[in-house]
Amino acid sequence: MPEYILELEHITKLFPGVKALDDVHFNLKEGEIHGLMGENGAGKSTFIKTITGVYTPNEGEIRLYGEKVIFSNPLDAQKCGIAAIYQHVTCYPDLTVAENIFVGHEKIHKFSRKINWKEMHAQAQDLLDQLDANFSSKTRMGDLSVARQQIVEIAKALSMNAKIIIMDEPTAALSLHETGELYRITEQLRNDGASIIFISHRLEDIYRLADRVTIFRDASYIGTWPASELDQEKIVSHMVGRPLTKMFPKRDIHIGEEILKVENLSRTGYFRDVSFTLHKSEIVAITGLVGAGRTEVCESLYGITRADAGNIYIAGEKAVISDPVAALLHGIGFLPEDRQKQGLILEWEIGKNITLPVLELYSKYGMLNKNEEQEISNKLAKRLAVKAPNIFSCASTLSGGNQQKVVFAKLLARDLKIIILDEPTKGVDIGAKAAIYEIIGELAEQGYGIIMISSEMPEVLGLSDKIVVMKDGHVSALFTTAGTKQEEILHAAMVKNVYSSQGLGVDS
Amino acid sequence: MIADKKSVANLDTQRVFSLKEFFLQWEWVLVGLLVVVIIINSFISPYFLSFKTFLNTPMTFLDKSFIVFPMILVIILGQIDISVASTTALSAVIMAVSYNAGVPMALSMALCLLTGTVCGAINGLLLIKFKELSAVIVTLSTMIIYRGIAYIILGDQASGGFPEWFSFFGWSTVLGIPFITIIFVVSAVLFGILLHKTVLGRTIYGMGFNKTACTYSGIKVDKVIFIVFTLAGLMSAITAIFLTSRMGSTRPNVAMGYELEVITMVALGGVSTSGGIGRIGGPILAVFIIGFLSYGMGLANIQAPVVLVAIGLLLIFSVLLLKFRRKQF
Repeated sequence: MPEYILELEHITKLFPGVKALDDVHFNLKEGEIHGLMGENGAGKSTFIKTITGVYTPNEGEIRLYGEKVIFSNPLDAQKCGIAAIYQHVTCYPDLTVAENIFVGHEKIHKFSRKINWKEMHAQAQDLLDQLDANFSSKTRMGDLSVARQQIVEIAKALSMNAKIIIMDEPTAALSLHETGELYRITEQLRNDGASIIFISHRLEDIYRLADRVTIFRDASYIGTWPASELDQEKIVSHMVGRPLTKMFPKRDIHIGEEILKVENLSRTGYFRDVSFTLHKSEIVAITGLVGAGRTEVCESLYGITRADAGNIYIAGEKAVISDPVAALLHGIGFLPEDRQKQGLILEWEIGKNITLPVLELYSKYGMLNKNEEQEISNKLAKRLAVKAPNIFSCASTLSGGNQQKVVFAKLLARDLKIIILDEPTKGVDIGAKAAIYEIIGELAEQGYGIIMISSEMPEVLGLSDKIVVMKDGHVSALFTTAGTKQEEILHAAMVKNVYSSQGLGVDS
Repeated sequence: MIADKKSVANLDTQRVFSLKEFFLQWEWVLVGLLVVVIIINSFISPYFLSFKTFLNTPMTFLDKSFIVFPMILVIILGQIDISVASTTALSAVIMAVSYNAGVPMALSMALCLLTGTVCGAINGLLLIKFKELSAVIVTLSTMIIYRGIAYIILGDQASGGFPEWFSFFGWSTVLGIPFITIIFVVSAVLFGILLHKTVLGRTIYGMGFNKTACTYSGIKVDKVIFIVFTLAGLMSAITAIFLTSRMGSTRPNVAMGYELEVITMVALGGVSTSGGIGRIGGPILAVFIIGFLSYGMGLANIQAPVVLVAIGLLLIFSVLLLKFRRKQF
C-alpha cells in the first residue's frame, strides 16, 4: 500500500491565453481531511475539475493508489471512486431524494428492466440513516434546505462507493447550526475510511476539520502543511502573498445622533416585535441562524416586502416605506445577499451597473447623460478600487469580491444615510474580504449608519458597535460589541428561548 | 489595506471603437439579406429595380410595422404581447361603428386610438396586479377577448363608407413620398430615441436581463411594464387606422395573424426572445426583408402558403446563425 492514495505531480493546465494551473502538486493520504485553500482565481476549481476528469491536464501525472491513471471524462473518475460535491448543489428539484441519489445509476429489476422503486428507496433511506439525516428519501428535493440538499449529494457520493470525496466550499451557504452538522458528517465519512478534499474560504472550517492544508496562489502550488502548524496570519499571508496588516482596523469614530428607530416591527409568519436603533456612524450587526428572519426584517426596511405592524422612524420622523423607491428617497440603501441575482446585471458592463440606481437623477427630460454617467462610474469604481481593465468590462467577468465592490458602488452613487448590508462578504476570498471591511469602516467614518446582516462571528465581533441577535423571528438579545463574547451570541442565536408562550403567529 | 494599484489604474480609458466588432453586428447580415432579396426580385420582374417601386411597394406592407416598434420594447423586456392584432381589429371596429353611428370621423379616429391605448393598458395592469401570470397567458386571454368583443359589436360583416379624405392615410403621398412611409420614419426615429437615448430605454434593457436586480436598484419596474404594454396598444391602433384607410372598410377578422408576423420581424431583427438584447435597426431592416420577399414572390405568382414556408425557413435559419454568432463572444 503506497503512502498516498491520490497523487498529482507537475500538473499544468492551459487555456487559451491563461495558465490556469502551473506545475501544481497535491497528495492525499487515506482517511484524511485535506484542506485546499486559495483566493478566488487561484486555480482551485480547475484543479478539482482535473481530478474529476472534467479537464485533462496538458502536463503532469495523476496516480491513484500508486498507479498512473488518465481520466478523459468524469465517468472515468467516478468509476475510480472519486466524487465531487459542489458549492451550488446541482440537483433535480422536482424529483425525490432517492431519484436524485441514484440518477444515472438507478436500481433496475433484473428481468422486467423497470426501475426497482422499492429497492431504490430502501437503499436511499439506508444511506440517509447512515448520515443521520432526519428526512425521508421520498421528499421532493426542491423542498429541502441547501444544507439538506448537500447531505443528499453526500449520500449520492456514498451510493457510488466513492473513496475520495471532494467538497467545494460546502459551508458557504450554510448557517452556523448547519455547518456544525456538516462538520459531524464530514468527520464521520473520514472515520468510515473515506479521504476528503475540503475547499473553503472559512478559516474556522479548516481549523476544525483539516489534518493537512495545501495552499494555491495565482495558479501555482505554494505548499502543504499540517493544519496545526498554520496560524491565521500564516494562512492569510500564504494565500495573499503578503501579510495583511489587520483584518479589522479599529477606527476611532464618534457615533452621532439617532437616524433610524425601528419599533415593534412585525410581519406575520416572518418576524415579530423587532425593535432597535441606529445612529450616525454606527455599525449594527444583525446575526442569528439562517431563517431567523434577519433578511426579512431588512427587506421590510427597504420596502421589498411590507411589515404588517410597527413603526419606522427616520431622523425622528415616522416613515412609510412601501417600495425600494420610497426607501431610497428616505436615504436607505440595500446591498442584497445574492449579488448575482439581486445586485447586478451580470451581462452589463460595470459602468452601466453602477449608474442604474441614479439614472433618473442625472437625466434631463428622461434623456440619458452618457458623459456624466461615465464620470460617476469612473469615480466610484476608482474609489472602491474595483479591479478591472476599465468600466466597460462586463460584470460577469469580475471575481466575486470585485462584483461586490460594484454593488457597493451602486449604493454610493446615491445620496444615502443608512446602508443595509446583507451578508456583504459571502463567497468572496480573504483578500477581498479585507477590502470590503475597509470600505465598511470608511463608510461609517463618513457618517453612514450601517446595518450589517452576517453569519460570520469574526466580522460581527470585529466590525460592529452593536449586535442584534435574532432567533425564530424575534430579537433574542442585544449586545454592545465591546466586551461581548462569541459564546454569548451563539447562545442567544441558538439556545435562548424567547417568547416561547406566544409563538410566531404562523398558525394563528 | 491591500491595494493592487496597477490593475485599478487605467479606469479612465475611453471606450475603444473596434472595427471588427462594428462589422460583426447582426445588422450587416440583414443588409446582406435585403440585398439578396432585392436582387432575386429584380430577376423575377424587370420592373422591380426602379425608384418608383422602392418608393411605393412599402405602402403595401408598412401598416403592421407600427406594431413592430413597441414589440421590440416588449421583447427586450423579456415579455411577449400576442394580443396586438386583436387590439388592431377592435380599434378598427370601434372606429367604423362609431363613425356609422354618426360620430364625426376625426373623433372616431381618436376613439380608435383611445381603444388601442386602453387595450394595452389593461394588459399592463393585469401583468402588474397578477404577477404570477405570465405575459403569454395574459395577452393570449386578451387576444381572444378583444377579438371576441369586436365580433360582438359588429357581427361577422364589414363596415365602411368612410369619408373620401380618410383614404389619405393609406393611399396618398406627400412630395412624392407615401404618407405611411413618413409616419413610419417618424415612429422609427421616436422609438429609436426612446430605446437608445432615454432612461426608460436603458431600464427596459436592464429589466430584460434581470428584473430583480432592477427592483433592488429602485427602478419602478411596474411603471415600465405598464408604459411598454400601453404603447403596444396605442401603436396597434395606429396600424388599425392605416389598415382601414387602405382597405376602405373593416371586419372583426382584420389583421389576423399580424402578431406572429410582427414577432417574426422582431426576432429576425436580432432581438433576443429571452430579453435584454436587440437594437432598433435590425427589426426595421427585417420589416423590409420580409415585405420585399412577400412582394417579390407575389410578383412571381408564388402562392401565399409557399411564401409563409419561405419566411419560416428564413427565420429559423437566421436565428440559428444569430445564436452561433453570439457564442463567439
